Amino acid sequence: MKRLRLVHVLAAVGVVALAVPAAGVTKSDAVPTSVGKGEGKLTLVAWEGYAEKQWVAPFEKATGCDVTAKYAGSSNDMFNLMTSGGGGQYDMVSASGDASLRLIYAGAVQPVNVRLIPAYKDFFKAFQSPPNNTVGGQHYGVSLQFGPNVLMVNTKAFKKPPTTWGALYDPRNKGKITIPDNPIQIADAALYLSKTKPSLGIKDPYELTKPQLDAAVQLLQKQRPLVKKYWALASDQIDLFKNGGSTIGASWPYQVNTLRAAKVPVVGVIPKEGVTGWLDTWMLSSKAKHPNCAYKWMQYISTPKPQAQQAIYFGETPVNKKACKIMDSISKGACAQYSANKTESYYRSIKFWKTPITDCGNGQSNCMDLRAWTDAWTKVKG
Amino acid sequence: MAVESTRVEAPAAAGAFRAVSRFTWRRPALVTVGQVSAPVAAFLLVYVAALVALLIQSLWTTDSFTGKLIHTWNLDNFRTIAEDPYPTIIWRTILIASAVTVTCMLLAFPYAYFLVRIASRRLRIALLVATVLPLWVSYLVRVYSWRLILNPEGALNWWLNGLGLPDQNIAYTNWAMWLVFTYIWFPFMVLPVYAALERVPYSYLEASADLGAKGRTTLRRVILPLAVPGLAAGSIFTFSLTLGDYIAPSLVGGPGSSLIGTVVFENLGLANNAPFAAAFATIPLAIMAVYLALMKRLGAFESL
Repeated sequence: MKRLRLVHVLAAVGVVALAVPAAGVTKSDAVPTSVGKGEGKLTLVAWEGYAEKQWVAPFEKATGCDVTAKYAGSSNDMFNLMTSGGGGQYDMVSASGDASLRLIYAGAVQPVNVRLIPAYKDFFKAFQSPPNNTVGGQHYGVSLQFGPNVLMVNTKAFKKPPTTWGALYDPRNKGKITIPDNPIQIADAALYLSKTKPSLGIKDPYELTKPQLDAAVQLLQKQRPLVKKYWALASDQIDLFKNGGSTIGASWPYQVNTLRAAKVPVVGVIPKEGVTGWLDTWMLSSKAKHPNCAYKWMQYISTPKPQAQQAIYFGETPVNKKACKIMDSISKGACAQYSANKTESYYRSIKFWKTPITDCGNGQSNCMDLRAWTDAWTKVKG
Repeated sequence: MAVESTRVEAPAAAGAFRAVSRFTWRRPALVTVGQVSAPVAAFLLVYVAALVALLIQSLWTTDSFTGKLIHTWNLDNFRTIAEDPYPTIIWRTILIASAVTVTCMLLAFPYAYFLVRIASRRLRIALLVATVLPLWVSYLVRVYSWRLILNPEGALNWWLNGLGLPDQNIAYTNWAMWLVFTYIWFPFMVLPVYAALERVPYSYLEASADLGAKGRTTLRRVILPLAVPGLAAGSIFTFSLTLGDYIAPSLVGGPGSSLIGTVVFENLGLANNAPFAAAFATIPLAIMAVYLALMKRLGAFESL
């Protein structure tokens, strides 16, 4: 009996493992033309802090859609939650740019009719059809919030803050530099190279051929001995700037604001080479069980008030330009602090994260994909 | 199984129970099989089947974009392991694990000896509790506290400056990892060594002295050989725990501090490349197999 059981178990394990369905990409162009009655429920996969009571409760009250949120720890977590187990458990995901294209190409999310979202027309133009959530004119969700990746500098150590990313590759700053521990960081090096070494021909820091990626890796490997720490959490970098001896690093506005609030003299610089940034999108699962509530959520979360609330709560920038005034009414000066009052050209200049894929966007498909980027990053860190 | 279910319905099936009881009385082996089959099955299912699944998966690949498994048998993952920078990472891990193990041994042996032979009963209990106390505190808290200690403006430098010594600068280096691992796994070395030393009868030491051995000879020829199983057991813990850890490298390590665990974590958590992570996870298995074989050759398990 014992032996039999073991054999059965092993056979069953094998069958299950082999039979994981290689589901094809489902691409349906049919989008709803009206929003029906709510289903009474809405399940979200979100970043922590993206489904706070202060803006979820009014939505629940107005629509009768009960919101339950599952917090994800990383973009990859989000991707797995939306694709494993059939993907039908969750209606929506607040995907960042380094996951959104993967979700689209894996068929995990479906096209969204932006005409059903009135506040959409109030978005800054740069966020109406950004390349990380719009493919071939088809919208796969609505943009939510964004932030630039800035050069954070301690003004006590640098009387005149540097205005170039070159400061992060300068041997004089050895032991003072902190860098995010994320393969997408390669794009920052690529952006710098696109300006300083035009001969490489880098047009888009996320679409790198093998020689271009190698050049970025080479630059980053030269940077490694200068780096104090590759940080994993924003709070790590805050610690390092407070009492860890770091005075310069690649960072987010969140750290700049937190450190300033703690009376650490830092500024967030937008260097002359431009910046990369992240942009989050509410995307609709291709197997959403509560599509009407999902549309109601997209309608609601795009309006100025929740946009402003979330921006201030999380320390990011809303995509709805009308949110600026409300941000200032919640906390004086918040609109300018989070750069929600800049020009279109500023927003357009930010190179937002997108998943590196083999398709170079110019008909060529010899670009390096996320796998290659991750391997390269392992090499960089050693 | 049958034995158990009849026992539950005892009043109604007393006759049947007696029959089973009579049947098994003559066949004690059957009772043993009945008793151990459940835990053994659980063990096979949870541990062995998981390992088999791991090995199978390491021979597959994933589509790098959609993250879906491609069920084609190949050795690509193992070929990648041989490429830069993975051999460096493997050697670094082995080196740090060995350094941590040796340091723990050097610290734990005199400490355990003190507990067993010198400390009073009350002091011994107090010190034993103090040794295991950190294990009751969250691992993360303990690693984080080391960051605060080692930071350039942290407790250690403050203390060194107070003594008029220069600043140390080992925060976010491999030295910091070595220190933190040694601290964290220390109890895992102390306890087995303590248990081994405690079993050495005092009469052995007296006999050794009666035969004219000096203290050092007794230590070398009597106590140390008897402590070897404890040191071996402890070293298995410290060595294998270091092989698999990825949190300490990410928190207290610096650039060039990736360990085997880091690579496994990044491939599972960031690159969505489970097959490569599985392939890489077989490396610690192989290292441990070699390590255990080495220990056996050295006679560490003879008195087990």
